[in-house]
Amino acid sequence: MSQALRRGGGGRLARRIDGDVAGLLALLAVVVALFGVAAPGFLSLGVFTSVAFQLPELGLLSLAMLMPIISGGFNLAITFTANLSGLAMAYVLQSHGGADAGLGAFVAGVLAALGTGAFVGWLMGAVIAYTGAHPILVSLSAMIFVRGLGEFLTRGGDISGVPGTVQAIGQGTVGGVPAPLLVLAAAVLLWSVILSRSRLGFATRMIGSNIEATRFSGVPTRRSLTLIYTLSGLMCGVAGIVMLARFNSVRVGHGESYLLITVLACFLGRVDPFGGFGRVLPVAIALVILQVIASGLNQLGANQHLSTALWGGFLLLIMVVRSVWAGGFVQVMFGRR
Amino acid sequence: MLQLDRISKRFGGVKALDDVRFDIRRGEVLCLAGENGCGKSTLIKIISGVHRPEPGAVMLFDGRSIEGLDPAAARALGIQVIWQDLALFPEMTVAENIAFESNLGARPRLVRYGRMRAAAARILGRLGVGLDLDAPLRTLPIAQRQVVAVARALVTEATLVFMDEPTASLSQAETDALLAIVRRLSAEGIAVVFVSHRLAEVLEVCSRVTVLRDGRLVGTFPTEGMTQTRLTELMTGKTFDYAVQTRDLSGAPVVLSVEGLSRAPGYADVSLTIRRGEIVGLTGRLGSGRTELALSLFGMAPASAGTVTLEGRPVRFASNREAIRAGVAYVSEDRLQLGLVQPQSISDNTAMAVLDSLLGPGGLVSARRQDALVHAWIRDLGVKAGHPGHAVSTLSGGNQQRIVLAKWLATRPKLLILDSPTVGVDVGARAGIFAIVHRLAGAGMAILLISDEIPEVYFNADRILHMRDGRIVGAYVPGETGIDAIEEAVHA
Repeated sequence: MSQALRRGGGGRLARRIDGDVAGLLALLAVVVALFGVAAPGFLSLGVFTSVAFQLPELGLLSLAMLMPIISGGFNLAITFTANLSGLAMAYVLQSHGGADAGLGAFVAGVLAALGTGAFVGWLMGAVIAYTGAHPILVSLSAMIFVRGLGEFLTRGGDISGVPGTVQAIGQGTVGGVPAPLLVLAAAVLLWSVILSRSRLGFATRMIGSNIEATRFSGVPTRRSLTLIYTLSGLMCGVAGIVMLARFNSVRVGHGESYLLITVLACFLGRVDPFGGFGRVLPVAIALVILQVIASGLNQLGANQHLSTALWGGFLLLIMVVRSVWAGGFVQVMFGRR
Repeated sequence: MLQLDRISKRFGGVKALDDVRFDIRRGEVLCLAGENGCGKSTLIKIISGVHRPEPGAVMLFDGRSIEGLDPAAARALGIQVIWQDLALFPEMTVAENIAFESNLGARPRLVRYGRMRAAAARILGRLGVGLDLDAPLRTLPIAQRQVVAVARALVTEATLVFMDEPTASLSQAETDALLAIVRRLSAEGIAVVFVSHRLAEVLEVCSRVTVLRDGRLVGTFPTEGMTQTRLTELMTGKTFDYAVQTRDLSGAPVVLSVEGLSRAPGYADVSLTIRRGEIVGLTGRLGSGRTELALSLFGMAPASAGTVTLEGRPVRFASNREAIRAGVAYVSEDRLQLGLVQPQSISDNTAMAVLDSLLGPGGLVSARRQDALVHAWIRDLGVKAGHPGHAVSTLSGGNQQRIVLAKWLATRPKLLILDSPTVGVDVGARAGIFAIVHRLAGAGMAILLISDEIPEVYFNADRILHMRDGRIVGAYVPGETGIDAIEEAVHA
């Protein structure tokens, strides 16, 4: 029996699983080809570099959203948790000389960011697991709490000025590859292993399908749920660090518009909206597709606000094509579960 | 009233029905019996106009040919089917559910609530049941939903009502109430075709039974003089050894000892012992406290008083994880909601309770070990599964139950609690499940078998305990006490 099949796919057939990835790759190819023809200069290194630098923020936040969704929940607090984490790091750096802060402060800052994210996630997870309140409700409350806290601490302004070592995470390259992309790749790999191979990943899928039956089988559902949201918060912390490094500043509300796009990326990446099924790789491909569309529209020279509308329209078009063409290969690509 | 002959139906290369004859008289209660896949559903679908039979079929209704029957025509003849899933609307009220159809095609296109309520009330009155017309359906227990489904079938003038597994999830008392309704319909001249796995009630309510096996008619028999054993043989084509199989295990070491265990609400002052290799039957109606007791033993409903001793050591489980670790396994009565994670794979469901023992390098779940475990159990318990990666929901009831057993046996339990293990399982498959249970007992496992079907405990357990209103009120040894006496004591 194929390992990939049983691990990630749960109850579906092997060709169907590979179909998920193949279908999304095909869609990516179509999108790239389309913009390649429509927008001269789209197939340039510059565009791909811009994609590579912009993708990680959305990608890291999508990973933060992914595990709660597979567990049958949601984390609506991801963007503000990332802000708060960035803030924690900025504070540590500021108090150690701002732009001149040393390596020790850098490490402390990273730990502060990760710790802040993980704590917010843990808090949410514990409330969800032990009160049984709906994740949407809990994470929405947490979002308001975190945003308010962040606005209070920053007085609504932004904090800027980070040392070059930090900026390198957001703006530098390693062997020609943008550093934030490497961070995302590492995160994707880590999440992939956790979801497909660890006990927690197993529990996440089971809880997403039927938490009561999972509990009856002796799986520690409360501990698992708490851990799922803690990891989600931790990933927000990573996103917060990357955002701080890229913009050399942190402001509460930055990246707010990413929230629903992360949900979209998950669903486009074949994650079951009702929980229980989902893999990291298809979501990663879906992210690339979304980012390529956004950059492509930019390249076409569309007005910035109009391009947002076009982006949404393009996504609607994908859904329509998916449904109209629901047969044969396309069924395999996008067919409803 | 309805006569069918030479009914065949193919789906692709598969012959679902082969030259079947079927007839029913006005006001008759007839049982359609057979194992899953024997063609019962196909026959029902032909009679209700969903499927067309192959050419050459004869279909007569009151002597007139009804060839080319479609669903609308079947309805016009008064043929109604109540499927097992009931197909009701959970968010709508009782009245709306019952009288829903009377709105279809009405002009003007308005919902007339007053008229609907009146119609619903009239039908419920005819059935002799009082239900709150304005209660949303989802708030009703399954037994009352069943009544609503029956009432809906009667909203138009019904002549023939099919009931598919109507009692599968009902307790004995609720079943009795439903059977009373069936008799009422029959008295009104409405013919009822009853499909059920529970043979006792089939023999009780029906006058004739039509048996199908592998798409062929075995025959139609009067229920008078028919026994459950004989009927099972007709359905499966196999002979089962229905004999009391008690063993004297009073010398074996005690595995579970319960003293004065109480939990309010639920049960009070329960004492029992189960020895190595012993199968103790626990029977009683739904609501007698048997499931609460089982959940307490499994660490999911703490007792308020009393002691539980497992292999000589007093235990007090704070969670079912502790109970599982101590060697207790619990097969839930609700396989769909609690026994298995239905959408997930056969493999993952099997491995779920023993994941900790499947860890390989780096604390990650070893796919190789999981495969080995799953394949071993599938082979050992004879599960007919296409592919371990398929969703467990694709399996038949009997095979699903084997996966539940596999999941728990993998934990190497000392005490196995089976709560209604054959609900929704075919007669033939039941024998297979119990063959496994007897094998486990033979290997020294202590087994608590909970069931409200007396024959099930009578022919499988070494001793029987009877629970009522949360207390153990009787203890019997099959063979020493006759089955009829126990039936009487439990259902009195």
